[in-house]
Amino acid sequence: MRTSRWLKLVGMCGALLLMFAAVTSAAVQGELEIFSWWAGDEGPALEALIALYEKTYPEVSVINATVTGGAGVHAKAVLKTRMLGGDPPDTFQVHAGQELIGTWVVANRMEDLTWLYEEEGWMEAFPADLLGLLSTEEGIWSVPVNIHRSNVLYYIPDNLAQWGVDVPKTWDEFFEIAPKLEAQGIIPLSVGENWTATHLWECVALSALGPEKYGQLWDGELSWRSPEVIAVWELFGRILEYTNPDAPSLSWQQATDMVVSGQAAFNIMGDWASGYMSTTLKLAPGTGYGWAAAPGTEGVFIMLSDSFGLPVGCRHRDNAIAWLRMLGSLEGQDTFNPLKGSISARIDSDLTKYDVYLQSAANDWRTNRIVGSLAHGVVANERFMNDFATVMDIFLASKNAEAASNAAEAVAIQSGIGR
Amino acid sequence: MQSRRDNLAAALIILPSIILLGIFVYGFIAQTMRVSMTDWGQEAAMVLEPKVNYIGLANYSDLFTGFLNMRFRQDLTNMLFFTLLFVGLSLLAGLLLAVLIDQLAWGETFFRTVFLYPMSLSFVVTGTIWRWLLQPRGGLNVLPTLVGLPAGKFLWLTSRDQTLAFDWSHIFYYLCLGALILFSISACSHWVRGEAAGLRAKLVICAVLLGILASGVLTSIKLLPFPEQHGFNKALWGIVLAAVWQMSGYTMALYLAGLRTIPDELREAARVDGASKFQVYRYVDLPLLGPITVSAVVILGHIALKIFDLIFAMAGPDHYPTSVPAITMFLKTFRGNELAVGSAIGVILLILVSLLIIPYLITSFKAEEG
Repeated sequence: MRTSRWLKLVGMCGALLLMFAAVTSAAVQGELEIFSWWAGDEGPALEALIALYEKTYPEVSVINATVTGGAGVHAKAVLKTRMLGGDPPDTFQVHAGQELIGTWVVANRMEDLTWLYEEEGWMEAFPADLLGLLSTEEGIWSVPVNIHRSNVLYYIPDNLAQWGVDVPKTWDEFFEIAPKLEAQGIIPLSVGENWTATHLWECVALSALGPEKYGQLWDGELSWRSPEVIAVWELFGRILEYTNPDAPSLSWQQATDMVVSGQAAFNIMGDWASGYMSTTLKLAPGTGYGWAAAPGTEGVFIMLSDSFGLPVGCRHRDNAIAWLRMLGSLEGQDTFNPLKGSISARIDSDLTKYDVYLQSAANDWRTNRIVGSLAHGVVANERFMNDFATVMDIFLASKNAEAASNAAEAVAIQSGIGR
Repeated sequence: MQSRRDNLAAALIILPSIILLGIFVYGFIAQTMRVSMTDWGQEAAMVLEPKVNYIGLANYSDLFTGFLNMRFRQDLTNMLFFTLLFVGLSLLAGLLLAVLIDQLAWGETFFRTVFLYPMSLSFVVTGTIWRWLLQPRGGLNVLPTLVGLPAGKFLWLTSRDQTLAFDWSHIFYYLCLGALILFSISACSHWVRGEAAGLRAKLVICAVLLGILASGVLTSIKLLPFPEQHGFNKALWGIVLAAVWQMSGYTMALYLAGLRTIPDELREAARVDGASKFQVYRYVDLPLLGPITVSAVVILGHIALKIFDLIFAMAGPDHYPTSVPAITMFLKTFRGNELAVGSAIGVILLILVSLLIIPYLITSFKAEEG
């Protein structure tokens, strides 16, 4: 008797649960799950976007699924297990370019967004170079929400005046002034952990190869074992001689701190360093700290971009499309970017909302030649980037340009660069 | 009748956990092994229904001999040195602390808590704190200046110096050398204990190993077409320091418990025979702590082999000098999309941990039965 009563109770609970499930799945348009690694400093910018979305679509409740830490390395691991398990979020943050294409587009997990670009007039609103980096022959795969520049050289103007040096326009100029700085006990260039070395490498490669051949490296037209690329590694090795010996233990912020505190003269970092100095360290852009294109890269803009795409089989497709529409819109871009410390991907954004540094970056964005970043996933797929970190560490340990070129060539072949 | 019903009830009660373990532990081990013998991780690794081909042990041979997997081989070397240093130093520090606390007339509970406390932190917290302490221009290196000495210059986590370098091509030679050392130690212990049969067997093995080493067969094997140097990275000292700081309190607790189980009569008998304090420790306490040491080695050893979070927090993912297989496994799988290679590294780790744990389990089962 008792057992049967228990059974009844369990059965009723089960029926209730089923009804509940039916009710929630009936109200499908009620939710939108956004997957990203934006928390901490970047959290407010994302929240502003979500607030804008909820204002426009009050009937949709947004689930902000954030996995923090490690420049997205943990978020990407979670995303991959979810996607392999057949449970894609409605939309997710991903570095625009090959990091998206090499992992998700080749696996047929993303929807082509060309129709959305045409409908919204984004073909004209975004620079053509950017569209090239976002697309394959089969389509355009994500909507860039921001643009960062990677090839920026930072310095403190007062310090440079005190030490009697000018901002180097080329690496040759840098080699002229570096000994002067070292004689005064100043580290000429500060570097941080492994990826910041790759970040420096791409700026050095661009200056030595020029935008044309830099692009060919990623199309597979220029071999990694060619004399030009070996020369890049050699130049990179010479530059490293003027950097701090404790680099691997420093985060990019600490490398920037070395410049701010006067221990180092220059630092090459993306323009999130500008946001760090102006917002966190309260320095005035232009007077408190100065910037220039990384030596030898004047007139070229190495870009990287966070973007959102539309996974195949996501649960709330219409809500996700509405989200993407808002991301690409003028209002969405100008809401997010001043807070994030990045510029809008659109060439018609309202510059008065941005600070002095971002205005100068935005002007360069509209006039410069645009190429993609290696360190931040635009030009090479994830497999290449993962193994390139090892190549970089081999080079940092051995300083052997030829060995690094050979290793990079092997990595490029294995990961199908330019295929 | 009663006992059959008991057996049935026992089986039913244990069944859920057997099923869960079967699926979530052993099932997934089998799945990982299966994946490790495929080429999953080619271009479209993330499709919903991945097309994978069976490639046998190619991933494994590539890890040990492939040009691009140099990092994995250094990882293994790092793991070996880390395990030896971490286990050895934790045992030593734990034993010293236990003996010291055992000697204390007062404050035992207080100091026991103080030394055990680091263990309650997670490795990520420990790693972050020690990362700061070991900054080249701060923390530990600044300590000497407090007493007027020049600041330390050692690059705790970032040094790229390497000692004890060896050529991976000759790995079999070094493995044989390692085995020789282990067997000679074991022979010595037989000799000390006066076990003639065991001594003879071990001496024969040692002679054979010595013969193989001397013959030069092993150095003539070229595993790689190029020489490849691996060795002990000095940057590991920082990691070892943090790990020992965290776990030596735990070994101390183990040893302290062990010391408490030794009957006082034994010590008193030794004292009556005129043993000094040191001799009591050396000839009464230490031998009786043997089983504790074995458990501690197994527990610390498997922690050391699987270490991931501490190093990830202290040195980041891409720091070659302090990297270990677990980190490369994570990066290969989830960053590089090479799921099969990641699985292969996972299986290798499993084998290494089993090498440590299975002999322990066998001997403890034998002890229970006997």
